[in-house]
Amino acid sequence: MTQTTATYTPEDMAEFARQARVRILEAVKHAGGGHVGGPYSAADMLAALYFGILDIRPDEPDWPDRDRFVLSKGHSSIALYTMLALRGYFPVEELLTFDSIDSRLQGHPDMTATPGIDMSSGSLGLGFAAALGIALGARTEGRDFTTFVMLGDGECNEGIVWEGAHVAARYGLSNIVAIVDHNKLQQFGWSGETLNERITPYTGTQLADRWRAFGWEVMEMDGHDIPQVLATLEAARAFEGGPVAVIAHTIKGKGVSYMEGDYTWHSKVPNDEEFALAMEELGETEGGAA
Amino acid sequence: MTALAQGKALRLVFGETITELADEDDRIVVLDGDTGSSTYTSLFEAAHPERFFQMGITEQNMLGMAAGMSTLGLIPIVSTFSCFIVSRAHDSIRVLIAQPKANVKLMGGYAGLLAGMTGKTHLMFDDISIMRAMANMTVVAPVDEVETRSALRAIIDYDGPVYFRLNRPNTPIIFDDDYEFVLGKAVTVREGTDVTVFSTGTQTARALEAAEALALEGIDVHLVHVPTVKPLDVDAVVAAARKTGLVVTSEEHTVVGGLGGAVAEALAVNAPTPMILHGLQDVFGESGPDGPLLDKYGISAEKTADAIRAAAANR
Repeated sequence: MTQTTATYTPEDMAEFARQARVRILEAVKHAGGGHVGGPYSAADMLAALYFGILDIRPDEPDWPDRDRFVLSKGHSSIALYTMLALRGYFPVEELLTFDSIDSRLQGHPDMTATPGIDMSSGSLGLGFAAALGIALGARTEGRDFTTFVMLGDGECNEGIVWEGAHVAARYGLSNIVAIVDHNKLQQFGWSGETLNERITPYTGTQLADRWRAFGWEVMEMDGHDIPQVLATLEAARAFEGGPVAVIAHTIKGKGVSYMEGDYTWHSKVPNDEEFALAMEELGETEGGAA
Repeated sequence: MTALAQGKALRLVFGETITELADEDDRIVVLDGDTGSSTYTSLFEAAHPERFFQMGITEQNMLGMAAGMSTLGLIPIVSTFSCFIVSRAHDSIRVLIAQPKANVKLMGGYAGLLAGMTGKTHLMFDDISIMRAMANMTVVAPVDEVETRSALRAIIDYDGPVYFRLNRPNTPIIFDDDYEFVLGKAVTVREGTDVTVFSTGTQTARALEAAEALALEGIDVHLVHVPTVKPLDVDAVVAAARKTGLVVTSEEHTVVGGLGGAVAEALAVNAPTPMILHGLQDVFGESGPDGPLLDKYGISAEKTADAIRAAAANR
């Protein structure tokens, strides 16, 4: 399950994403806190990245020529930790130390603590800027790896994102791929018809239009359709005409019926009944390990 | 008062020195926040265009990109006005540079009270306190062109984040050409027996002028220049304080948490000593020519002498 040389099929990746959702909820329940909705919207894409797209060596996390991945939506850290563990960077059992004292698995990604984390992040927008710096530095140094960075759609509220978008286009950086997890909800967001209904930060094509207006090539994909994710990210990597933003249409809380599209699951700990139901829906017949 | 020999502006020496350093070290890259025509990164761009990156007016992004570049072994020197680095981009520095100890050098241009006719928005004289409070950060404030040249070499050799204070006006020279800056070390500029004065940055030149004037009045000042405010040279500070038993700190900076704060913290724990904190008094600045600003805000050589004289008289 954690071989470094294996080639994985899209079906394998879907299975890793399923396992990741189980592990994420176990870790959050065990820690008594953490984010769920965002990690679930990103899980399929992270499985595609770590088992299909990224050229990496789990047994040599600092391999200089590896592709870089920066989780700029750092509050989804548990999803990244889970994928790193499944990929063999550290034991899967360590996931249950998430957020506990002295753990390598901090609430937000810490490049000084966790093997496989290419950049610290957490204050929104910063990881994106750092990823652009990695890409510009790589081009300056004649290195030919690709830097992938994942942002949230809520994160795109941040001004720093558009500062960086401008500069990246100005430099014509074609070794950066920004994936925007467009799950249509943020932590609280703007209210809709009722106070319980929260509306998407960017409606229709607004998000794609913004990136395009800043000079980025825009691609779109269903962030839960793994073959589509693989094909789109490979096309984005291959594009040589400048930076690429991939708008990933996703569902916050994807995979558990009562979480999907419910903003309150941005960060929330399931009670025992909710946990059991989630495990059942995720096909985890053993009932989970929380 | 006897004027010291006038030297170059530290910003000009900065531009010249990093250009030279990059001749020898191709890890050095410069990120400019659209102020290169003021901060003299223009010299670097002319000599090393392939290692100069115009970031436009995107300070938060610029500091973040510098952090990313540093992960590849490059040494990013980030340059713009101090207020836009320390204040505008504080979050990027904290999360991406200080927390991971990224090897990024932050050049705070136009720091202090004398930033041309810019006024309070641009006058940054709480930069030392703010950066000093940040874990993992080293804070350096050189006094003259000789020290700036030497200190820039030293901070490039040091692997870690450094905030480096650069002032706008031409600055008197107090050190001989063979002076060598040592990171983390204070340096005695004048031996004396009556009162110990600690100063940093360009204020040291005014403190030295004050000390020479006070000598004529029979007040013998022991002047210690503290170019590295963090980490503070605690041993030197304690020894110099004990030498006279009376301390004045003097800085072109707020008295809240800067050099005065650092010295007070060190002495309170190690060697409690009567002390006066001389500098900007918890205020914002205003537009004006350099001379009247120094006078109004009480840090001219004359006003510095007044502060030291009063401390000595009240001991």
